[in-house]
Formats: sequence, C-alpha cells, structure tokens
Amino acid sequence: MWLKFEQRPEPSRLMRYLSPLLAVGLMVASGMLLFHLLGKSPAEGFKVFFLNPVQDKYGVAELFLKATPLILCAVGLAVGFRGNIWNIGAEGQLLIGALAGGGLALHFHDTNSMLLLPAMIVAGALGGMFWAAIPAWLRTRFNANEILTSLMLVYIAELIVSWLVHGPWMDPDGFNFPQTRLFQAKATMPILVQGTRVNAGLFIALGALIAGWIFMNRSFMGYQMKVAGQAENAGRYAGFSARRTVWIGMLVGGAMAGIAGVAEISGPVGQITEHISPGYGFAAMIVAFVGRLDPVGIFFSGLLMALLYLGGEQAQQYLALPYSISKVFQGLLLFFLLCSDVFITHRIRWKK
Amino acid sequence: MNSRKNVVTTLGGLIAASVLSAAAPTQVGFVYVSPVGDAGWTFQHDIGRKEMEKAMGGQVTTKFVENVPEGADAERVIRGLVTGGSKIVFTTSFGYMNPTEKVARAFPDKFFFHSTGYKTGPNMGIYNARFYEGRYLCGVIAGKMTKSNIAGYVGAFPIPEVMQGINAFTQGMRSVNPKAEVRVIWVNSWFDPGKEREAALTLISQGADMVTHHTDSTAIVQAAEEKHKENKNLYAFSYHSDMSKYGPTAQLTGTTHHWGAFYTRTVKEVLAGTWKGTNVWGGFKEGMIKLAPLNKAIPANVKAMVEKEQKAIETGKHHPFAGPVVAQDGQVKVPKGRNMTDAELGAMDYYVQGVASTLPKK
Repeated sequence: MWLKFEQRPEPSRLMRYLSPLLAVGLMVASGMLLFHLLGKSPAEGFKVFFLNPVQDKYGVAELFLKATPLILCAVGLAVGFRGNIWNIGAEGQLLIGALAGGGLALHFHDTNSMLLLPAMIVAGALGGMFWAAIPAWLRTRFNANEILTSLMLVYIAELIVSWLVHGPWMDPDGFNFPQTRLFQAKATMPILVQGTRVNAGLFIALGALIAGWIFMNRSFMGYQMKVAGQAENAGRYAGFSARRTVWIGMLVGGAMAGIAGVAEISGPVGQITEHISPGYGFAAMIVAFVGRLDPVGIFFSGLLMALLYLGGEQAQQYLALPYSISKVFQGLLLFFLLCSDVFITHRIRWKK
Repeated sequence: MNSRKNVVTTLGGLIAASVLSAAAPTQVGFVYVSPVGDAGWTFQHDIGRKEMEKAMGGQVTTKFVENVPEGADAERVIRGLVTGGSKIVFTTSFGYMNPTEKVARAFPDKFFFHSTGYKTGPNMGIYNARFYEGRYLCGVIAGKMTKSNIAGYVGAFPIPEVMQGINAFTQGMRSVNPKAEVRVIWVNSWFDPGKEREAALTLISQGADMVTHHTDSTAIVQAAEEKHKENKNLYAFSYHSDMSKYGPTAQLTGTTHHWGAFYTRTVKEVLAGTWKGTNVWGGFKEGMIKLAPLNKAIPANVKAMVEKEQKAIETGKHHPFAGPVVAQDGQVKVPKGRNMTDAELGAMDYYVQGVASTLPKK
C-alpha cells in the first residue's frame, strides 16, 4: 500500500478556497519552527509577530493603512490576471500616478479648493493608466510581451521620480535635499480616527473592492475577460476581442495602482520623495494570488500581507531578529500557496 | 588609540552608574536605514550605539530597528519604539526627518534626535559630522601621491553633504597639486555595489589613480585592491568605515565616522535633565570624524604634513573652504579673507574649480 499522486477528474472547488488557508497554516507552522531553530520561543514568536502589531487601536489603524495600497494594487491586477494579462509593473504605475496627483498638489499648493484632492485622485488614476497603456500598446501593436515591458517601465518610473525630486520639483526651502515641499491640508487625505494615520484612502480601497467584485462577477466585460483567460480559443470563437482584453486588463491595473500612489503621497507620506513605495506594486501580486484573484479574498490577503510587514518590525524590536524575517514569511506564504494549489487539480490517494 | 579611549569612557560610565541610584534603565531606540552589515554608515552608528550602551554602564538599554524604509513606514517604527518604552530615539537617515518631527510632536515628554536633517523642536535635536574636513585631508594625500594627476570620485546623489565632500577633496588635492583634477560619476544610489564597482573601474580606465566614494558599500576599495596589481600607484580612500580589511594595500586612509561619544554625551544630558537643544555639527575637534590608519605607502613627509593640517583644522586655524573658493564656472563663492559659513556649506550645489566633470542638469 502506498500513496499515489493523481490528477482529479475535475478541479476541486473546495481546494481552491482551502489552499490559501492551508498555505497560511503552513507558513505559520514553518515560521514557528524557524523561531525555534533561532532559539526563540515559538509561542512568544507567534505573539510578537502576529498579535503584537494589532494589540491596540493605533496598531489596527496601521494595519489598515498599510493594507490600503496593497489592496488597491491587487484588485486592479486581479482584473488583468484573470484575463491572462500579466502586468508586473504596478510599482511603476503607482509611481507615475503619484507624480500626476502630486504634480497637481504642488502646482496648486496655495489653493483653498475642496476639489484639489478629488482632482489628484483622478489625475493619479489617469497617470497610472498612461503608464500601463505603454505595455498595452506594445502588446497589441507589436505583440511585445507585457511581462517584460511593464517591468522595465518600473525602473524608468523610478528614475523619473528621482529626477523630479532632485530637480524641478525639489522643495525650494529644503536645503537641496531630494524631496518636494510638504502638501498643504487640502491636498491630504482626511484622517478617519483621530490619533491614528488611517485615512480616507481606506474607503477608496473598499470602494475599489466592491467595484472590482461587480465588474468581475456581474458585468459582461468581466465575463469576457474570464473566458478569454480560461479558454482563449473559446473566447475568440465567441467573438470576444483579445485586444480589448489586453487594454482593459492593463488600464484597470494602472488606474488602481495610480490611485494607490496618490493615496500614499496624500496620506502617510505627505510629499513626494524617492521613497513613496517600499515595493507595494510587487507585493500586491502575492496579495492578488493569495486572495484567489477575488475581491473578498484580496481584502483578507491584503490585511495578512500588511500584518507580515508590521510583524517583521515587531520581531526586530522584541526578538532581535533581522529585518529579513518579514521577507522570509512573505516568501513562505507564496511558496506554500503554489504548493497547495497543486491539490486543486491533483489529489493523493491510497493505492493498494 | 580607540580601545584605550573606550576603556576610559567605560570606567567613567561604571563609576557614574554605581554612584547613581539603581533606577530602572532607560531605553534608547535607534532607527537604521540599512542592515548593520560590517562596514558603512549604519555600521558606524551601530558601533556608536554599543559604545554608548557600554559607557552608560547599565543605566540604559538599547534597541534598534534596521532597514527601515524612508517613507511612511518610518513613522510607525519610531512611534513603536516610543510606545515600546524608549525615552530617547535616534533616527539616522535624512528621510526620517518629517516622520521624526511628527512623532516628536505627538510625544512631548520623549526625546528625539535626527541625523543629517534640519528640522528641530523643543524635544527634537539634530546632529551630523563635518565629513568634509576628513575629505580635505584625503585630498591632500591624493594630491601628493597621484602620478596621473587624476582622481576619481563615485557619488550617490548631488545633495550638499556629498558636494561638500567632493569639493573639499578637490580643494585639498589642488592645495598641494594645482595640476590635479577630480572626475565624478554619480550612481544615483546609496548602496549598489555593482554600479559602484563599475563606476570605479570606469574612472580607473580613464586614468584616475586615486579613487574614493560617497556611497555605502566597500566596492570601490575592493575594486582598487584588485586593480592595484596592474597599477602599483592605484590607491583608494574609504568612507564611513575603515575598509582596510577589503583593501589592505590599496586603502591609503579614509574618513571614518564616530558617533559613540556624541550618543553618550546626549543620553547623559537627557537623563540628567540638562539637555537644552542639540544642533551638533562636529568634526575632528569633537572626535566625530577621524582618519583611518595611514597606509605605510604614504611617505613620512606627507604624513607629517597631514598631521599638521589636521591640527590646523582642529584648532580652527585652517578651514577646508577658506576663501577664495571659486566655482567651476569662475564665480567666486567665498572671497579671500574669510571662511565659508555653515549656511553656505549647507546650500552647496556647485563644483569648485578642479572638478573636471559637470553636474547633471536639472
């Protein structure tokens, strides 16, 4: 009698939803093992890493603050990923969105208009869409692989940010340091809970989740994208335009990433610097997949990912572990998710 | 030299600790921009932290968080240190300025010190070191040692602190060798060993036989050590840390940072309740910068000259930017007869004469 690994007759719906939970469980278990091997108490490690960050109101607010850009980017990416559009460049779209929105804030730094912030958000979405349109155009016009082009545009976006904050947009009273002036009150997100940093950006993220859910599950376009992603030939036979799938997948991802960029600069950062994003656009890909490319799932995986960031900071302070610990957890999560996903299409059976 | 000083300060700390009552130790937090590693900016701050902890002999405990991004996350980390019990927090990178200020306002009974910035408050001080003093002396050595009359300089970003270093090095080099020129390559990163190395190799292939850097890795010293086999007159000057481990033959000396005494003094002042604002910009005189041990390849007369110059800088007899300071385009920035002021140093955005490269256009 031995174990046999075989293909399921059809993919398991149950495993599709159990797989992320299994991955989280395995991540926590191997994390505990890691703490033990490092000579720390696993129970203490668990407490510091997963409970400490959210033990008070401020901590919970920080969790939502940190999750906001992750959720925004992930829900946009999920729309494309469902249609097999592999936008790897959300980080760059986030930055260009931040520049578009931040540019408005700098240009109208003495306005008193309530419209400034909404205008910044719209500009951010357009900026992100513009940056995503380049790989979309290259793909539809020249069939250039969007994985490569969107990724490479991230580095260009980073250099544009760097040039602007070292050059034309540098704070005139900032002693030549590479950053813009601080945004005025009309260009910053209202705080939701006094004494914390959680701001109206969270509502935008929740709104995006709802809009994303409706688009993916209730709209004809969302259905077309899904068909195109799952069965390209069927989609073509049904007359769904592959071009349109590319454009929509890229533009939605770009718009959401651009809004995330504005939410960061008008929220916790309050200006444009070279350090707007510590890689949210990349981390959001893990969020999207752990969340099963589904808005409800993305909400929870966004919070989990945010918790891994916060937990890593706590682990440094209270367990004297190096900062890489959060990266280890992130890596474990993705690794176990990909492993667990095998059981959606395969199963283990006893063979006599 | 260092170890003896450590023993003295440690003894002093022990005595002070035994005299004072056995109150619960005060927690002091540190925020670092990169991993501690084994050389560089953060490494030197961490040495300072350990020296301070030792010198305070049980009166304080310390805690640090490394690799904290300079964006929105910094505020949470600084705040977390405070709510986690730190009474004093040192934040050691420019990008922490606004987050530090925000947290300082929220916790008026705690003390905050930010390195390399310019914003202060009733409970927030700033500190930095006059690295350019060391750069000037490295320039003097380079001017004496070079055969090609070309020095190569790898810079991160053209902010005033880096400009001060390049210009001071050039002033020092030209003070002993008017034919010398300095070439600069910007790598647009504080830490990118690959790019730093490539930049150094480019400068070396352009004829530079003295190389130095204002970036965070050991790549330039290592590159010089490698290429020293081909050109016996190729040398490097380290920055932040003594990097002779990475370039035993190639490193002539270097401008090294020393924060321990400053940290100890500041923490003592805060604990004693005598702290009245900090705006420290210390150089050789305050012991905040030193030259790494001089390579034996440096002739005795040059050594003597450097020692004399260092004394002159320490006592204020000589300033690395004593007038006339002439910019690359011929404009006189500081007239003969006076020294550059701190405000002028803080706004430096030009090359002096002797730098052969031109600044990136804005």
